[in-house]
Amino acid sequence: MRIFISLISGLLFGGGLFISGMTDTAKVQGWLDVFGNWDPTLAFVMGGAIIPMFFAWQFTKGRHPLVGGDFPAPPRTEIDHRLVIGSVLFGMGWGLAGLCPGPAIASITYNGMGGVIFMVSMLAGMLAAPAVGRGLDRAATAA
Amino acid sequence: METDWIWGLVGGLLIGTGGAVYLLGNGRIMGASGIVGGLVDGSGWSTLWERVAFLAGVVIMPLILWPLYSVKIDTHLTDKMWVIIVAGLLVGVGTRIANGCTSGHGVCGISRLSMRGIIATVFYILAGGLMLALFRHVLGLI
Repeated sequence: MRIFISLISGLLFGGGLFISGMTDTAKVQGWLDVFGNWDPTLAFVMGGAIIPMFFAWQFTKGRHPLVGGDFPAPPRTEIDHRLVIGSVLFGMGWGLAGLCPGPAIASITYNGMGGVIFMVSMLAGMLAAPAVGRGLDRAATAA
Repeated sequence: METDWIWGLVGGLLIGTGGAVYLLGNGRIMGASGIVGGLVDGSGWSTLWERVAFLAGVVIMPLILWPLYSVKIDTHLTDKMWVIIVAGLLVGVGTRIANGCTSGHGVCGISRLSMRGIIATVFYILAGGLMLALFRHVLGLI
């Protein structure tokens, strides 16, 4: 059941990324490029995605997931160096290539050799992340 | 071009519905970087098959929709290899250290008014915008 639900969710997510144009790096960079020919599409995608999710979160109150167990705990509140530095590093890469993890996966079959190299680099970065994170923790403690 | 925002909205609603199915069904937050990252570093191997099923869905749906489009789909990905490699590394490291990307922190976090999700989104958008301004308009490298 969990596997079936995951597949349905993935199909919706991949279809949404494709239809919205978010696998087109020009549209993503067009939104980030406030000094160029600004493209508002990404704001509509974000807004559109937040609407069903908002209602879904409301619906979780006092209920349990379909497969049983519990819904995620209330969000953590601490704003630490990992959240800020990690997001800045992610944003730098996102701006450079116009790809974030979801669209990179969705477009893997039609993004050419560049898409494959991006994916391999991203996975390598993910593999290195625990060590980089520990380095950041040491720097933060020393500071 | 004039209809791009409509497709953006429709696609966004689908993305959010995918997140809602994942949350209400499995009780988990649909974050692309977390689902992949858990497979890469081994932290998510206990839920291996649901992660694989999700990723398979993400890859398959564009292939199903592809034939419906008469125009050629162009992703406009740069052909500068150093940009692709540096960007990939930054996206991989950053999303795992921050514990989320555009889907987890952005879509799922903001929709529950998570302060961490909102702060993360502000920082990655600012960093992305500044990086693009610097490398495109100041240095002219991308």
